[in-house]
Amino acid sequence: MSLIVLLLLPFIGSCLAAVLPHNARNSESLLAGLVALVGTVQVALLYPQIAHGGVIREEFLWLPSLGLNLVLRMDGFAWLFSLLVLGIGTLVSLYARYYMSPQDPVPRFFAFFLAFMGAMLGLVISGNLIQIVFFWELTSVFSFLLIGYWHHRADARRGAYMALMVTGAGGLCLLAGVLLLGHVVGSYDLDKVLAAGELIRNHALYPVLLPLILLGALSKSAQFPFHFWLPHAMAAPTPVSAYLHSATMVKAGVFLLARLWPVLSGSEEWFWIVGGAGACTLLLGAFAAMFQNDLKGLLAYSTISHLGLITLLLGLNSPLAAVAAVFHILNHATFKASLFMAAGIIDHESGTRDIRRLSGLFRLIPFTATLAMVASASMAGVPLMNGFLSKEMFFAETVFINSSAWIEAALPVIATLAGTFSVAYALRFTVDVFFGPPTTDLPHTPHEPPRWMRAPVELLVLTCLVVGVFPAQSVGPLLAAAALPVVGGTLPEYSLAIWHGWNAPLIMSLIAMSGGILLYLLLRNQLKLGRFPYPPVIERFNGKRLFEYGQVHLMRMARRFERTMTTRRLQKQLFMLVLVAFLAGLLPMLQSGLSWGDRPKIPGSGVFVTLWLIAIACALGAAWQAKYHRLAALTMVSVCGLMTCITFVWFSAPDLALTQLAVEVVTTVLILLGLRWLPRRIEGVSPLPGSQEQAHLRRLRDLILAVLVGGGMALLSYAMLTRPTPNDISSFYLSRALPEGGGSNVVNVMLVDFRGFDTLGEVTVLVAVALAVFALLRRFRPPRESMQLPAQQRLLAPDVVTDLVNPRQAADTALGFMMVPAVLVRLLLPIALVVSMYLFMRGHNQPGGGFVAGLVMSVAFILQYMVAGTQWVEAQMSLRPLRWMGTGLLCATLTGGGAMLLGYPFLTTHTAHLHLPLLGDIHFASALFFDVGIFTVVVGSTLLILTALAHQSVRGHRPASQPKATQTGAA
Amino acid sequence: MEEVIATAIGVLAASGVWLILRPRTFQVVMGLCLLSYGVNLFIFSMGSLFIGKEPIIKDGVPQDLLNYTDPLPQALVLTAIVISFAMTALFLVVLLASRGLTGTDHVDGREPNE
Repeated sequence: MSLIVLLLLPFIGSCLAAVLPHNARNSESLLAGLVALVGTVQVALLYPQIAHGGVIREEFLWLPSLGLNLVLRMDGFAWLFSLLVLGIGTLVSLYARYYMSPQDPVPRFFAFFLAFMGAMLGLVISGNLIQIVFFWELTSVFSFLLIGYWHHRADARRGAYMALMVTGAGGLCLLAGVLLLGHVVGSYDLDKVLAAGELIRNHALYPVLLPLILLGALSKSAQFPFHFWLPHAMAAPTPVSAYLHSATMVKAGVFLLARLWPVLSGSEEWFWIVGGAGACTLLLGAFAAMFQNDLKGLLAYSTISHLGLITLLLGLNSPLAAVAAVFHILNHATFKASLFMAAGIIDHESGTRDIRRLSGLFRLIPFTATLAMVASASMAGVPLMNGFLSKEMFFAETVFINSSAWIEAALPVIATLAGTFSVAYALRFTVDVFFGPPTTDLPHTPHEPPRWMRAPVELLVLTCLVVGVFPAQSVGPLLAAAALPVVGGTLPEYSLAIWHGWNAPLIMSLIAMSGGILLYLLLRNQLKLGRFPYPPVIERFNGKRLFEYGQVHLMRMARRFERTMTTRRLQKQLFMLVLVAFLAGLLPMLQSGLSWGDRPKIPGSGVFVTLWLIAIACALGAAWQAKYHRLAALTMVSVCGLMTCITFVWFSAPDLALTQLAVEVVTTVLILLGLRWLPRRIEGVSPLPGSQEQAHLRRLRDLILAVLVGGGMALLSYAMLTRPTPNDISSFYLSRALPEGGGSNVVNVMLVDFRGFDTLGEVTVLVAVALAVFALLRRFRPPRESMQLPAQQRLLAPDVVTDLVNPRQAADTALGFMMVPAVLVRLLLPIALVVSMYLFMRGHNQPGGGFVAGLVMSVAFILQYMVAGTQWVEAQMSLRPLRWMGTGLLCATLTGGGAMLLGYPFLTTHTAHLHLPLLGDIHFASALFFDVGIFTVVVGSTLLILTALAHQSVRGHRPASQPKATQTGAA
Repeated sequence: MEEVIATAIGVLAASGVWLILRPRTFQVVMGLCLLSYGVNLFIFSMGSLFIGKEPIIKDGVPQDLLNYTDPLPQALVLTAIVISFAMTALFLVVLLASRGLTGTDHVDGREPNE
């Protein structure tokens, strides 16, 4: 199986797991187990290819120009990690089947679990630095989801959040570091990076990129001072802890350290940061573990301590220590996963994880107890266990290190002390829980768990023993294959044996062993009595409190920043927006000045000037009156629109003028329809007496800005108008319109052909707007005071006979109202349709086109609504704007797609010249179909917008005739 | 003529800006209309103004910028006209919906003295 299939398998499994039924524990666990098992077998079969320094590499091009490809790369080290990820994944799937209760939503659990497995696998077999970071963050995300699996519990939420924040922030640092690393090497490819060790260590950026990468790795592996997130992550279901917090997620940090060991290690910085963090964590974790009262808490701190040990080994800059680190990664995964599972069984069976309450369980669950005790012995480093071997190697390294005198003296002491602590907490885990008087106040009476729940633990404990007794035969070749890439190609001399004679490490082990037993005996009663609710001394260096303190302050600062820098008031926001735009325009003008050009002036015209004087007066009037006299303001704005239209005609833009005119009509109708639902505003009513002065100031400020912007625009356009504008691309359009676009109206050809894609986007916007309008108005109910009949109808005396009377109580328009216009407008409909068709057909060669035609057609329809009322029109004809819109978009897109089918770029026009018997020669461009699409969309959208508004009046009237319904309707 | 066009653009823009800074939604809609007229004219005038040189190809006239006015700004403005129509429609409906939901036509959704 290729690596890509191996990588995709868990993700596919995750998607499958997500859709299985809610209570399918068996099939879920079977699926997850099978996926992991198949992966494990496949990885195991790859062993011959990587055994002697071989590398399997698969590359999939993605963005080769940026050096970003999907590279999968498996060497011995990645192989060992893949085996851990998938192998322990198999065991945990089996275990989780029995651990999860029938009430838990298992599809979510197994979907996340498998996705996490895929992310972790992707991380270890990535051959590209960016890809590593991607999968790194993915593991953070899925671990967040898994820790927060029981999201109804506050501790689970907080733990998940904390883990995500710490590891996610670390991941960002890692990304920065990796980008720098890639910059230094000139490639993100792992093979190239691993070959550039000298270059990286001697580069000026090394002191910058190293801490960044280390921040990522150390926070992920819960190293001091980031260790605090791991104990809180224990709120996760135990299978998650057994998987993520023993074998995989927390190992990602040390994986990265080991992965980059050949290129980054060997410097003073590396020694001090990595070794220092490792040594602190080793001691701190072991010390804190002794004082935990929660089984999983104890294991969590022990994990922190063991990760510290691995980190310290990697930090020692010695190849032999790196080999020991790889060995300990393997050993720790086996004994810690089994211990977590055993703790889960105890919790599951007895209902509590509190060491103070558990006692004498050996009699009740002898088999599980034996397994847990063997695993704890391995954790404590008792001979004949795998933990002993790697611990001996560690002790040996601390003794034989070559460094300054006080380090040489301190390291063995630290190591022995940590060993002592670990013996003490291992004793707490076993002696306190399994021996002593049997307890009676447990929530449940423990029994041996189901056969298969124990099987994973048995297998792992067996591995601990086999490796511990026959190291060279069992794990020797694997370790050699895995350690080879880590140390950079040449393995140091080492021997995997239980007995090396009476040497310093053995004596240190003996001291640790006896010291640990003594310490345990000293502390035992104190702890039983609850003398230490928290670990002494180190409680003062509480990372969690610092984290929460920082978080609270960050939030407070963000709020303060938001309060001072932003506002929720639209007026202020718009003011700032316009001001910034104005300044952005002003700056270049101040830099390069503003001057007039020497283009010959256009001959003046008195008519034109007079018309614009009127329009200018109207613009000012509209600005003046828009608050209290809406209809007047709308009329004056329309005058400006009309004048814009005249300007287009004047200066050779007939298409623009046509479109502007049609749009003007539609916009005016639209706003007229909307005017009715606006609240009444009466002049001269001041809201607050004190705010008058403030309002004056605000108005003055706005006025100044408006005048400045207007003046700026005027100066700028004058400067542009007085100089000729060279435009190279325009002549291209002019010369190609007829021969290649098949039309003599250049603007129309540009719209449907040269810039057809742009137009397609534009009509899509139109459709989106129409749908938004439709959706917004569906939920809208007009305010009560605007629901009355219009004043003309309301104020009539009851005995007056006039055509204003509404005898049938029609909902929208008085029957018989405006009879003469109604007849005329009905007659107008076919004429308007013909005009619309005419405009459409001539569009390609003369002013016109789909837009204008569509607008004219919708105006013709909307006029019917205006004179006859919504109900009458809709009873007579069924217009289906949504269908028009859909058909139009489809038509336009298919025209474009048709060109693609023929092998041309999207929306390429084809021109055909046909000779028809009656009509004569006809130019026939495929852009015509596109224009049909535009036409249809414009008709549909405009109609939808206008009729949606018109329908409000039908709704609005209903309560007026039924006064009681008004209140319920408005409520 | 240039002076007139430039003044017109300036006045339309100034009235538009003044109106979009006002507190009532209807004023803002009117302001956007005026502003879009101003901006459309401004873009249009970028192509240099000519009288009687429509960009519609006539037989026998060389197809260059001496005989026809620049079609590019016109095509851009045509798009802009339709988009500003769509924007006006959407904004009008948003203001109606906001009025229905909040009971006021103030742009902030509440009266300033509340």
